[in-house]
This record gives sequence, C-alpha cells and structure tokens, in this order.
Amino acid sequence: MLKISNISKTFNPGTINEKVALNKVNLELDDGDFATIVGSNGAGKSTLFNAIAGSFITDEGSIELDGRDITFEKEHKRSRYIGRLFQDPMMGTAPHMTIEENLSVAYLRASEEKLSLFGRLAQDFTRVTKKEREEFREKLSLLHMSLEDRMDSPVGLLSGGQRQALTLLMATVVTPRLLLLDEHTAALDPATAAKVLELTKKIVSENHITCLMVTHNMNQALELGNRTLMMDGGHIVFDVKGEERSRMTVDDLLEKFAQNAGQELDNDRILLSTEKGEKA
Amino acid sequence: MGFLTAGIVQTALEVGLIYSLIALSLFISFSILDICDLSTDGCYTLGCAVGAVFTIAGHPILGIVMAMLAGAASGFVTALLQTVFGVPSILAGIIVNTGLYTINLAVMGFSSNLSIFGTATVFSLFEGENPSPFWHEWSPLFLLGILVAIICILLHWFLGTRLGLSIRATGDSSPMVRASSINPHVMIITGLCISNSLTGLAGSLIGQYNKMSDINLGTGMVTIALASLIIGETLFGRGKMMLRIIGVVIGAVLYRFIMAIALRLNVPTEAFKLVSAIIVAIAIAAPAAKRLLSFYMKKWTAVRTRKAKL
Repeated sequence: MLKISNISKTFNPGTINEKVALNKVNLELDDGDFATIVGSNGAGKSTLFNAIAGSFITDEGSIELDGRDITFEKEHKRSRYIGRLFQDPMMGTAPHMTIEENLSVAYLRASEEKLSLFGRLAQDFTRVTKKEREEFREKLSLLHMSLEDRMDSPVGLLSGGQRQALTLLMATVVTPRLLLLDEHTAALDPATAAKVLELTKKIVSENHITCLMVTHNMNQALELGNRTLMMDGGHIVFDVKGEERSRMTVDDLLEKFAQNAGQELDNDRILLSTEKGEKA
Repeated sequence: MGFLTAGIVQTALEVGLIYSLIALSLFISFSILDICDLSTDGCYTLGCAVGAVFTIAGHPILGIVMAMLAGAASGFVTALLQTVFGVPSILAGIIVNTGLYTINLAVMGFSSNLSIFGTATVFSLFEGENPSPFWHEWSPLFLLGILVAIICILLHWFLGTRLGLSIRATGDSSPMVRASSINPHVMIITGLCISNSLTGLAGSLIGQYNKMSDINLGTGMVTIALASLIIGETLFGRGKMMLRIIGVVIGAVLYRFIMAIALRLNVPTEAFKLVSAIIVAIAIAAPAAKRLLSFYMKKWTAVRTRKAKL
C-alpha cells in the first residue's frame, strides 16, 4: 500500500543549523493498517508526514503509494488521495468561508482525476448542487454537533473542536487512500479530544482507511489501531504489531523508548500524557 | 441642491462607477486573495492606452475587450512572478508597474498622451441610440450602470462556482487549499488575471469617457481604489458576498462624492492625492485607534473610581 524506502531529509545542509530530520527511513503499511507513531520532539514524526504529503521533496529514497511512485509528485496532486489533519484546528479550514463552501472545496477531490481538461473546466464553472448540499448535510449530522443546521455560518465562528471535526470530515468526504493525523486532538480540551478521537476511529474503520497517527499519549499509542511505531533521531527505532503489541503495557513502551533512544525520557509532554493515560 | 449641482452629482456617479471597477479589482486581489497587487496604476493606464488606440482606429468596443485582455496579461505576469518565481507579491507588483510605464508609452506610439476627440466611443455609440435630450444627458450614466451591474452579477456568480470557491480558499487558508488538491499557483494566476482585466476595463472606459489617454493617468490609482474598497468594506462589513460587492461599488461612488464636496469647498485639485492617502490611512487605522482609545478610557475611569474610593 504505502512503501517508503530509504528516505532522508537534511534541513539547512552545510550550515551550523544543519539538522538531519529523516535518516534512511523505511516503512511499509498494508491496506487498512492504522499505525500510531510516538517519539520525542524533533524525532522526525512531522517531517515524515511532510515527506509523505509532499510538502518537500526528499533528498534521497522513494515513496510509493498503491504501487505508484509519488516521490516527485507535487503536494496538491498527492492531496487527491492523501488526507491530512494538523494539530492546529485553524489550519485545515478557511475561516471566512461557510461550512458548505469549505466542504465543497474539499469535495473537489472527488472527480478531478477522471476528468478531461474540458470536463474539468465545465466542473470549475458549476456551483454546488442541491444533491451535494443534502449529502453534506447528511455527513455533517453524523458528527452530532448540529453543524448541519449551520451550513451558512462562517467556519471562523466554530470552536476548535468543531473545526477539527469538520476538517476530519473534509479530509474524508472523499475517502482518501491514506490519512495522516498529526496530533490532531492535542490542542483540544480532554472531552472534545475524546469526541474527535471517537469520530476518527469511527470514520477510519467504517471506510477502511489506511492511517498514520502521531500522538504523545502512550496509552493511545497502544490502544488505537493495529500497529505502533517509535521514532527517534530521524529513524524508526521500534515497530510493533499483532500479539506482541497487545501484550505491551505503557511501561514497556516507555522502557523501549529509553532503551532504543539510548537516553532517559526528558519530555514532559510524554510523561504527563502517560500519567493522564494511566489514571484514565 | 445649491451646493451640489446636478452636473456635479452626475459626474461623481459616472466617474465613481468607472472607479468602482478598479475597487472591485482590488476586492479580488486584496480582500479575497490577500495579495497586495501594486501593479494597478500601470495596468489602469495600459487599459486606457490600449482602449484609446483601438478607439482611434474606429473600434471602441473591440478596444474595451482588448484593454481587458491587456489587463489580464499584465496580471498574468505579476502572478507568475510571485508564484512560480517566488518574487514577494508587493515587489512583483512594483516591478510590473515600472515595466508597464515603457509599455504604455510604446502602446501610445511613444507620446505621453493621445487624444480621441472626433471618433466614436462606446458612450457616443450608446447615446446615438436615442435622439432625446434626456438621453443625451443621462446615457453615459445608464451605460456605466448597466456595465457595472453586469460585472457585479458575473463576479458574484463566479465566486460561487467551484473555481471561485477555490480562489477564495487560497486567500483564506493556504494549508487547507494544499490539502484539497487545489494548485494555489493556478488559483493566484487566475485570480490576478480576472482582477487586472477589470482594471484594464476601467482604464479603457475612463479613456473613452475623457476622450484622451495620458501616461500619468494611473498615478495614485491604487490608493484611490483602496480608499473606495475600504469605505465599502467598513460600511457593509464582511457579510454576504453580494452585499460586499455592492458595498465596494457604493464605496467607490461615495469616494467620488467626498472628492466632489472637497472640490466645492475649494480644496485645490493638487491636494486630492493627499486627501485620498489620508482617507485610506484613517480607514485602515480606525479599528486600532478605537481599541487604543477604549483602553485608555477604561484605564482612566478605573483609576478615577479607585481614587474616589480612597
């Protein structure tokens, strides 16, 4: 499904700020895999996402999706089949446009690839149809946030949780081949975060979406999905799934973390989220 | 109506409607795409020059179409510089504006002005439709009113299409656009072509209206258009799209009225650019000034009540 071979990325090469963000990373995901990624700040998790999404071209290595080489494909082209959510709920939506307008922009991904140039031009000059409006309303109602009654409100008026839920819907309104979740609940309050996470689980499982998710919550890292990856210093240092994973506890994971990274955990966020997780 | 005669009101309306097209152009680039396109001055003169050359050759209507195309071409260059070639948007506008000066001179046959007296213009053609004196007096206003109304309706329709929505999203949230399979470069290029074609249209209309084209016609137009845009947006807010578009047109007409009143108050014409600069500065600075004022008012009352309690 997703096959990453030997990708590397160095920022500011040859300067004092040189930073090897990805160092010969290899990763293969199977169809329907839901992998969580943990790692301290600067481990390369977001850089890996940026490389997959095409925010930059990697220095070496190749990225394949469904057997197709996308190493040099532009970001906006990849976004036809790669959905993405950021930590910042403000990033995934256009604040001055209405909910309906945001959804219809996201819905553009639906048919673009199949169309000829003229078909595309014809589509460019059409407006949202009544049928699509009904479809949006239906999908919005699944969020249980009453957003379906506020389709004409600007998205800027929604709360962070509502915006993130809407972004999730926009990223999946056309089912993506791969969904990248970059700590998408980290900026939300615990209750809202739980709700958005529930929605994520539901949407991902119902549509059998292959998914990568960065988290700082060790509990989540083991509970969600079917596979856990750990990154450090631009490497994937640990990769566990199946029975071995189900036997793992948060403490095991933390120990692995220290062992693989060769250093003590000094990341407050990880420790804090672990405590939170154990209490829960 | 002793203060403002019918003639003054009529001229203010007519010129205001022509200027509203430039304000709409900036509405697309500045408000919707969030880009400071400073090529307006040169593009306006370009439209005027191209329109004038075609009008002199006896094709006033073709002149308008060609002026719009010339404007779109200028917008294409500005957009290409700032997207594909990474030139900062303000700089891209300034570069194109500078280059256009020579191009505009070349279009006018390397003379600094062109007169189009004695040949048919769109206004004289439209006036010729009806011989009555009423029509003679008001036909330019009708023509401009119809034209601006058509442009407003087309613009409103366009901004609701998928392409229009994508352009709006590009100016509103670029990460979202990249995540939605839209090429932001293509959107900026399309948006600036449309925006500058409106500036070109305004240029060709003012040329045929004044029956002349001058190389310095555009100087300061970007500020005037910005003033109109901001007057419109301040009065009509950021609500429904049609209201915003109408607000921009009304802003441009209001601006001309402010100028007409200034003229009646014997403000010298040389001072107009300063006046428009001050209007823009005040309009943009108003919200911050209001916040500052309310902060000091609050502080002052709080200090006073505390002192009174002591």
